[in-house]
Formats: sequence, C-alpha cells, structure tokens
Amino acid sequence: MVRFAAHRLGILVLSLVGASVLVFGALTLLPGSPAQVILGTQATPQSVHHLTVQLGLDKPLWQQYFDWLHGMVTGALGTSYVSQLPIGTQIWQALQVTGPLVLLGLVIGLVIAIPLGLFGALLQGRATGAVLGAIGQVGLAVPTFVGGTLLIIVFAVEFHVLPASGFPEWSHPGSALKSLLLPAISLGVVEGGIISRYLRTSVLDLLQSDYLRTARMKGLSMGQALRRHGLRNAMLPLVTVGGLELAGLIVGAIVVENVFTLPGIGTLLLTSVNNRDLLVAQDIVMFVSGTVLVLNLLVDLSYRLLDPRLAGRS
Amino acid sequence: MAALSVRDLSVRAQGLELVRDVSFEVHSGERVALIGESGSGKSLTAMAIVGLLGRGLSASGEARLGDEDLLGVSERRRCQLRGDRIALIFQDPMTALDPTMRIGRQVGEALRQHRGLSRRQAAEAAVKLLARVEIPDPARYAHSYPHQLSGGLRQRVMMAIAISCDPDVILADEPTTALDVTVQRRVLELLDRLVREEGSALLLITHDLAVVSEMCDRVVTMYGGRVVESGSVESMLTAPQHPYTDALLAASSAVSIDGASGEPLPAIAGSVPAAGQFPPGCPYRDRCPRASQQCTTMPPLEAVGDRTVACWHPVGREEPAAGITTEGTLK
Repeated sequence: MVRFAAHRLGILVLSLVGASVLVFGALTLLPGSPAQVILGTQATPQSVHHLTVQLGLDKPLWQQYFDWLHGMVTGALGTSYVSQLPIGTQIWQALQVTGPLVLLGLVIGLVIAIPLGLFGALLQGRATGAVLGAIGQVGLAVPTFVGGTLLIIVFAVEFHVLPASGFPEWSHPGSALKSLLLPAISLGVVEGGIISRYLRTSVLDLLQSDYLRTARMKGLSMGQALRRHGLRNAMLPLVTVGGLELAGLIVGAIVVENVFTLPGIGTLLLTSVNNRDLLVAQDIVMFVSGTVLVLNLLVDLSYRLLDPRLAGRS
Repeated sequence: MAALSVRDLSVRAQGLELVRDVSFEVHSGERVALIGESGSGKSLTAMAIVGLLGRGLSASGEARLGDEDLLGVSERRRCQLRGDRIALIFQDPMTALDPTMRIGRQVGEALRQHRGLSRRQAAEAAVKLLARVEIPDPARYAHSYPHQLSGGLRQRVMMAIAISCDPDVILADEPTTALDVTVQRRVLELLDRLVREEGSALLLITHDLAVVSEMCDRVVTMYGGRVVESGSVESMLTAPQHPYTDALLAASSAVSIDGASGEPLPAIAGSVPAAGQFPPGCPYRDRCPRASQQCTTMPPLEAVGDRTVACWHPVGREEPAAGITTEGTLK
C-alpha cells in the first residue's frame, strides 16, 4: 500500500508538471498583448513597451514559466495586471463561493442518484423502475444552463422564493446558502442523472451476483444480504464515478456561476480571460487541474482500501 | 419419513414450463443423484426447492422439508429454514463468495443468523468448520479473502458454510464441475464424509455417473424438465429402462475406453433443445431411437417395484402392447 501510494504520488507530480506546461503554453499563445489590452487602444507604443517590461513579459518564455512556477510553489502568486489585487486573495474569495457550491451540488446529486439508481434497479421490469430510469435520463440530458434558467424562471421569477442571481457575503450565512441553492440544484440534477445510471448498473450486477445468492442461501433476507454483502461491492464502481464526477462538477460550476452570476472561480476565470489577465487565468486553470489530479489520486487510494483484491498488489 | 419430499414441482417463466411435475423423495442419510444433460432442469429444481429462483421464474407444487412445505411457507420462515435446515452448495465456487469479506466471517455468518452467535463465537466456530473441511492452517485462511484461495479451497469453504448449522438436507449442484480434475475427487470424498457424519440427506446434481455409482443410493434422471426415470443405483446403472438413461450411460462408460477400440465415441444424437422447444408428448422422442407414433402422447411415470419410468418403449423389457401397463401400480 505504501509503495503503491508513493508510486501514485510520483505520477501525480509528473502530471502536475505536464499540466503546468500545457496551461502556460496555451495561455501564452493567446493573441493580443496584455499590456495593449490594459492600456486600451489609445495607448502610445512607448507606454505599451514600458508596461510590457514592467510586467516582465519581455523576458524569454522559459524564464516567465519558471518565475510563474516559483510563484506557485512559494505561494507568492503576485498581483493581477488588471485589477491590481493580489491573485491569491482573489482566488481564495472565489473559492468560498465555488467550494460550497460544488459540495452542495454533489450532495444534491447523491440525494437524487441513490434512490433513483437503487430503486430503478430493484424495480427493474416494472413500470416504476422504468419511470425512475427515465427520470435519471432526463436529468442527464438537460444541460445545466437550460436547467438553471428554468429554475430561475420558476423559483425566482414566478414564486420569488429564491434569488435569481448574485451572492451576499458569508457573513449572512442564511441568504448566502439561499443564493447557492438554485445553482447547486442545477449542478446536482445533472450529476444525479449520471451517477444514478452507474449506480443502477452496479446494483443490477449485484442482484445477479452469485455471492448475493450465497448470502441468501445462508438464510439472510434480501435486505440483510444487500446491506452486508451488497453495499461494499456496489460502492467500488461508485467511488470511481463519484471521484470523476466531482471533477466534472468543478468544471460544471464554471457554467452555472455564469448563469447565476456568482462571484466564484468560474466567473473569475472568464473575466480574466476576457481581460487578458494571463496570470490569474493561468493560476486558476492550474488550480483546477491540480484539484482534479489530486481527486483522481484519492479515488485510486480509496479503491485500494475498499477492494481486498487490489490491496496486496503494488 | 422423508427428509425432503418434492411433489409435482413445476417452474414457469413467461408461460414456458421449464420444470414440470417433478416428484421425488430423499430420506435422512440417503444420497440421491439427479442426473441429466445441461438444460434438463436439474439446477432449476434445486433453486426452486430452496426458493432462490431468479427474477421472472415462479414455482408451484410442494417441497416438504420435514413437515413444512418450503413453497407454501412465508418468505420470512423460508429464510429461517434456509441455511439452517436445508443448504445448497453452488456450482461455481469462484464467484459464490463475497470478494470483499474475509472467509471466516462468511463461514460464521449462517451461525450468527440462525444460532445468534456473537462475532467472536462465530469466528471460533468458523475456524473449526474450516478445519472440518480439511483446509490446512484454518486460522490463517479464516483471515484471507476469497481471491487468495484456489477453486478447490473455495469449494471447501462453501461446504463449510453449508454444514455450519447441521442441515437435514444438503443440495449440491454439480459441486465439482468448475474444479480441476485433480481436485474433484478429493472434494467429493470430503462431501461424502461430511454427509455421513452429519447424517444429512443429500441431493447430488451431477453429470458424472462414476461418482453416482460410488456415492449415491438412488438416481433420478431428468430430461426436458421432467423426471423420466428413477430407481436404485444398482438397477439404474446396470439395467436402465428409459432410453435416455441408457444413452447417458453409454456416453459415460465410453470415456474409460477412450477410443482404443477404434470405434467413434458413442454420443447422444442431437442436442438438448432450448427451453420451450421440446416436442409435445415425450420430450426425448426427437432424439430417441425407439420413438414411435405413440410417443406423441406423454407416457405416464409408471412404477415397477422401486423403479419408476416414463416411457412407452422401455429398454430391456418386452415391448408391451400400447396402453397396457405391466405389473405394478400407476402413479
């Protein structure tokens, strides 16, 4: 297990380096000079050149890359070209919106997926089971920006129970949570649809498994057999999907934050790209990639702990 | 009194009758073999008896365990009897154990369920049971997971589970088919010993007629979801009366000759039809060399002494006139 963890950690570091090269390369290749964008079209070539030097953008690319990497590792993310605010603070504030949004979305997704997948499989072949399967399919098929807009129309415009957009400070936790509810639902419905499909397949496999039959042969009722032998086995594929879907949720949050105009990571990313605020954009993309890679590592490690067939190998 | 008494057991799926009117008895301490090709309904019969038929299958008839009808009692009661007084050993030990649970816990589970043993008591009992099924170093294997055991060891574990509550009846569904030939014999010897020690009734589903002749007292032949013949091992294996039992024996005994005679191996002509594709009347008539026009109506299961046979033209008996039964009573 330790050897395996060390091995996977090594892969994680390599992936992070690879991701950083890609992120840096892609955003550096964006057309338009940041200095020109900041100063506007009326700026003189001299002042543009002056700002370029000031921003360090005249240095060779490899040096810019290592400066950036150095900043990331030491935590000195620097200051935004555009807003003149420290990047670290900006990302931290945005995270306080996106983090809770994603977690809430995952919880809602699971609340939807577990009954849908479980009963969809248990009632397979009956009308109720087919309806449950169809509900999951619909949730999966409706894009978040459509679902989100519909939610706004119903709950904000028609019934005025939840805010359509914006986000107060966390100093008002009640209204902050309220503003996150609709976006989290529109995120969770899609995730719930996806996870319920996997769960349904996993439970169907389980119901046909020989070991469940053995458990029943011992005299366990269906409920007991499912609890004692089913849960752990059905969880194995779910952990994989759940981990990958959590990554998907972070990406989905970028879209949802724009629909609901939430000041989260996604909004910050889009603004910084539009403003050619390269440093901020790079840091955010790097942060999101890093999170996804770490999540994958955690999935791999937890899989090992859950499945004894993998535990002994390295 | 019979430990297990099956009466008119039928299994249906979507209008198809996969098992029809199967009746037989197994007495305490008796070993009965259920033989027949794959698709003849042997496993379905066993699963119907313990009430573990798959989705979409339903059973009717009677399966008496002592004085209780397993098909008539509530599911709650069936759960109490299953694993306690009747146990089933499955065909494929590679998939029959929970891959995420330690062997010891799986073996002790029935004892916890039926005898209310504590976790520790069950763990100790499991080690003893593993020793009884001749697993070397039982304490160590109790802490192993199924994937760390060979097929033969896993089938021993299944046997330990089956005998854990001293059942009155053990059903074994081709317990060695999935195993290496080299370990088959030892696993069967173990089963033989366990059944003797427990004094349980054994219903052994098998293809292997050599095993039948060594281990069993009586034989029931199934074909097309019906019982076509039954009787004592000696009379069935020396003088089969149903042409299907006769053909099974011929195909089986040829294995030891292994073609040294230069003659092709005798095989039963044709193959077992898919469920629901059996001809009306005698299900075997399409493949039977003795079939006649009369076979389009189903022959009754006719008892002659300790033998029953369902055939209009039984092997080794003078051709009786149609419709006239020889001595004995009609069932």
